[in-house]
Amino acid sequence: MLLDKDRIFTNLYGRHDFRLEAAKQRGAWNSTKELMQFGPEWICDQIKASGLRGRGGAGFPTGLKWTFMPKVVKDRPHYLVVNADESEPGTCKDRDIMRHDPHLLIEGCLIASFAMRASKCYIYLRGEYIRERECLEEAIAEAYKAGLVGKNACGSGFDFDIYCHHGAGAYICGEETALLESLEGKKGQPRLKPPFPANAGLYGCPTTVNNVESIAVAPTILRRGASWFAGFGRPNNTGTKVFCVSGHVERPCNIEEEMSIPLKTLIEEHCGGVRGGWSNLKAIIPGGSSVPMIPKDICDTVLMDFDALRDVKSGLGTAAVIVMDKSTDLVRAIARIAYFYKHESCGQCTPCREGTGWMWRVLERMVKGEAEVSEIDTLLDVASQVEGHTICALGDAAAWPIQGLIRHFRQEIEDRITNYRQGRPHVQGHTLAAE
Amino acid sequence: MTDTVKLVVDGVAVDAPKTYTLLQACELAGAEIPRFCYHERLSIAGNCRMCLVDWVGAPKPIASCAQTVGDMAPKKDGTPHEISTKSPRAIKARNGVMEFLLINHPLDCPICDQGGECDLQDQAMGYGRAASRYGENKRAVDDKYMGPLVKTIMTRCIQCTRCVRFAAEVAGVDEIGLANRGEDAEITTYLEKSLTSELSGNVIDLCPVGALTSKPYAFNARPWELRKTESIDVMDALGSAIRVDARGPTVMRILPRVNEEINEEWISDKTRFVWDGLGRQRLDKPYVRENGALKAATWDAALKRAAEMLKVSGDAIGVIAGDLADAESMKAAKDLAGSLGVKSIDCRQDGAKLGMAADGSKLPRESYLFNSTIMGIDEADAIVLIGVNPRKEAAVLNARLRKAWLRMVPIALLGERVDLTFDYNYLGTGPDSLKDLKAGHPVFDALTNAKRPLIIVGQGALTRSDGAAVLHAVSAMAAAAGAFKGGWNGFSVLHTAASRVAGLDMGFLPSAGGKDVAGIIAGAQSGDITTVLLLGADEIDTSKLGRANVIYIGSHGDNGAHRADVILPGAAYTEKSGTYVNTEGRVQRAQRAVAPKGDAREDWAIIRALSAYVGNTLPYDTLAQLRAKLGADHNSFLGLDFAPGTHGGSVAPPYGTAGSLQSAAFTTPIKAFHLTNPIARASRTMAECAELAAGVSPAVAAE
Repeated sequence: MLLDKDRIFTNLYGRHDFRLEAAKQRGAWNSTKELMQFGPEWICDQIKASGLRGRGGAGFPTGLKWTFMPKVVKDRPHYLVVNADESEPGTCKDRDIMRHDPHLLIEGCLIASFAMRASKCYIYLRGEYIRERECLEEAIAEAYKAGLVGKNACGSGFDFDIYCHHGAGAYICGEETALLESLEGKKGQPRLKPPFPANAGLYGCPTTVNNVESIAVAPTILRRGASWFAGFGRPNNTGTKVFCVSGHVERPCNIEEEMSIPLKTLIEEHCGGVRGGWSNLKAIIPGGSSVPMIPKDICDTVLMDFDALRDVKSGLGTAAVIVMDKSTDLVRAIARIAYFYKHESCGQCTPCREGTGWMWRVLERMVKGEAEVSEIDTLLDVASQVEGHTICALGDAAAWPIQGLIRHFRQEIEDRITNYRQGRPHVQGHTLAAE
Repeated sequence: MTDTVKLVVDGVAVDAPKTYTLLQACELAGAEIPRFCYHERLSIAGNCRMCLVDWVGAPKPIASCAQTVGDMAPKKDGTPHEISTKSPRAIKARNGVMEFLLINHPLDCPICDQGGECDLQDQAMGYGRAASRYGENKRAVDDKYMGPLVKTIMTRCIQCTRCVRFAAEVAGVDEIGLANRGEDAEITTYLEKSLTSELSGNVIDLCPVGALTSKPYAFNARPWELRKTESIDVMDALGSAIRVDARGPTVMRILPRVNEEINEEWISDKTRFVWDGLGRQRLDKPYVRENGALKAATWDAALKRAAEMLKVSGDAIGVIAGDLADAESMKAAKDLAGSLGVKSIDCRQDGAKLGMAADGSKLPRESYLFNSTIMGIDEADAIVLIGVNPRKEAAVLNARLRKAWLRMVPIALLGERVDLTFDYNYLGTGPDSLKDLKAGHPVFDALTNAKRPLIIVGQGALTRSDGAAVLHAVSAMAAAAGAFKGGWNGFSVLHTAASRVAGLDMGFLPSAGGKDVAGIIAGAQSGDITTVLLLGADEIDTSKLGRANVIYIGSHGDNGAHRADVILPGAAYTEKSGTYVNTEGRVQRAQRAVAPKGDAREDWAIIRALSAYVGNTLPYDTLAQLRAKLGADHNSFLGLDFAPGTHGGSVAPPYGTAGSLQSAAFTTPIKAFHLTNPIARASRTMAECAELAAGVSPAVAAE
């Protein structure tokens, strides 16, 4: 359990003012100049030592990512791009950071840009985030006015500009290269990799794309020391993390906790438990809609970190925990997720463009039971034909929830089909949306 | 650092150049990689996912078209990377992609014009399933209007985006795009208008499925029914490599062939779609004018009448060769004229001041050739265009200029300010600006500092009355800018007519005391010239030929035939074996794909027959003998398919005749791209295109 003194986001719930004065009182912008005086290498080393892994879903070590940037700025400028296109269903951590603690993010942008010799930083904000944009822009204006960013940022001699760019609300623009395309004014479609953004990113220049949370925790890590941050969680899964718990719990919430907290503890302690008690739990999607669900027996013991969830064939993703109790029609839930991916596929490459629609249509029939039992295997096969064959990870993201469903709840689909065939109306509990 | 990377592909070791993609490396090793979106001349999209291969050790199969061999980090133990194109994982990946491509494809091959030459059809044989697992409704997509040339059946589209990339990269018109996303993604032109490119027809060849097909060719033939003849195009002076597909006596379509040195694999819309003009307005029997009206006649009667007309003093005869004339018929016409003592012969219908100086002396070959060669554009590092609109005069060449521009080569234009699909430094309208091009001028200095400066001068600058002076000024400027140096000749003349260089090479020019085209026309009006022989010459003002007797040898009932007193029906370029010399001086042979229409004969044979009626029988009875004579008299005709470039000669510039330059602006001689010759003017497709290009909206039937 994380103690209050160890929280990085001390205004996650917006109980205090988000503006500069209040943020400073909470510790933001404290000795930023001194931190920068340690030099870019020191910053990268500290972030590496802290074990911070990217908070956007893939969990790539952030410090290592920063060192991929060229060490000297040559003919091309460097860019930092902050991925604030938080569109993963179930995830709402970045919006609270931007609404209530924007100065932590802005300070993080300065530190990270300095570490990567990037003189410009773009924050690519999700199209639907209106209030967040207002807060962020106000905070940026304050920071400029106070000399914290801009020319000679914080008096460090480093010139730094920060821009907020509002997207148009496409899920695919959260993919880092599609985000760069969109930022360049083109249609948001992922690029082929290699070249990786660190080599040729925004406008063909070295670019690093980081999640809001990864950037926003950086200044605090530097201030309190890498070992402090590394002290939370298990090795290789260190630090604190904002979890977004939604669905059938008593009190859905965003909560900053230490990594590797048991899933059950997280839900019981912070969310008032599963609606109707832990025994009423059916399954949990632990990391946003794109990761495979895990059934109750795994939820009993699993730890919330990258490696533990990977070992149970799921993933931490964005740490958006979607809790589903026994009243949930899982087939319908996954069919809805499949519709989401069908709707958000960019249409660039074949398996995702054609496969997402196919999978959704089969699932829609399976919701009613209007299918053959053999189609379950076909569906699994189609999912495997999409997974790993696409340019970006959206294909994987579309396939995994379906694979998770079939892996753990195949019987439920088969029963549905059998019931439909026998002409009996299928009886199920009340369908309640996770609101 | 070596330039190659060792790879093992399916057990075969290869040394692949670092610049290769993995797809090319696999092909080097003899592996066959299926693909849809990949195309050698377009940027890499990597979106069809058909070329997935198994990189042993990699977590996922990788798209071989998008992986550069040089980017594959060497293995730690130093052994070469292993690639498998036949492993179960690779095969499963491809089968999966093929299944996805087919689930929403209509599978209407029996009614699809692409059937028989469709990449999807072919590859489905190798990677497709026997039966579909897809039981849902298929997607249907509305067809899009893409103009009179490209027919769309968009349900067949597999979103490979080749057409999008072609339009944006090669044609330079950002007018095709992928609208919407996911399943709803559709290829469409901007606001469903036709492309404004002269190269739009190439998207038909690029489309790997039957989504974009040829509208004029729709439902006309199947590819396996067609007789394919490799030939040469005559719509412009490039001599693009084409394949003429015919069924029975009819040309059904024209496709490009690959010729890296000229057209790569593109052809212009005029080249591709002019074929319906080969079946319309044809002269299929001889005609003789009686009492003011043309009446069909026998060959004997027509030739007799023509011979009578030629039985006048040689000074009273003029001979003009047209833009589509082959070298053999021009040679025969020239020899016939010589035997009759005719001095007034000319192949320069447009009045270009090329080939001979004002005093009548012959100019060297390099004064009228595209000396840098077309491929030389790829090496040029500074380009100036003078009095030329390459987009209209040689659309395929314009794509190459655009390619140079994409390489950041500075391009400047002096002449008509037109949209060339790329940006240029505009220098001015006419000769006055030409005078400014001297040391100190940034563009001139750029030429001077360039390793391969290229100056392209067009007919718009040379067909004027001061054309010889312009030629002199431009070649002098080119020499001053260092365009003539070891291994490089950057002075290039872009012609507009397929026949012109051959005519100039064989000296189809007025001899001492003879008249040029303008002189012949003036002479006909004044009565000095009483007989005019037109060898397919339709671009002159035939209404000004006065009371002269006009003999017309040609294939189409166009300007020349309307004025003619005797019509001797000839063969079009697809109906005869003919030699053409392109703007580079490259001698190429067009081949006979179909027989001439009706009673029409090959042009050289008509002239040979006429010579017998005149009584001065020409000394050749076969085409081979004629070609031997042509080669013997003019040895530039001896080497086929070869552009002389810097080997052409060594006569130093300036060429032409120094003189005062007028200040009138240069204008392109091509007013309507689609209507430049009698075949194109007979084509309904070209007429429709010309209307569109001129801004006339196409007539739509009331439904």
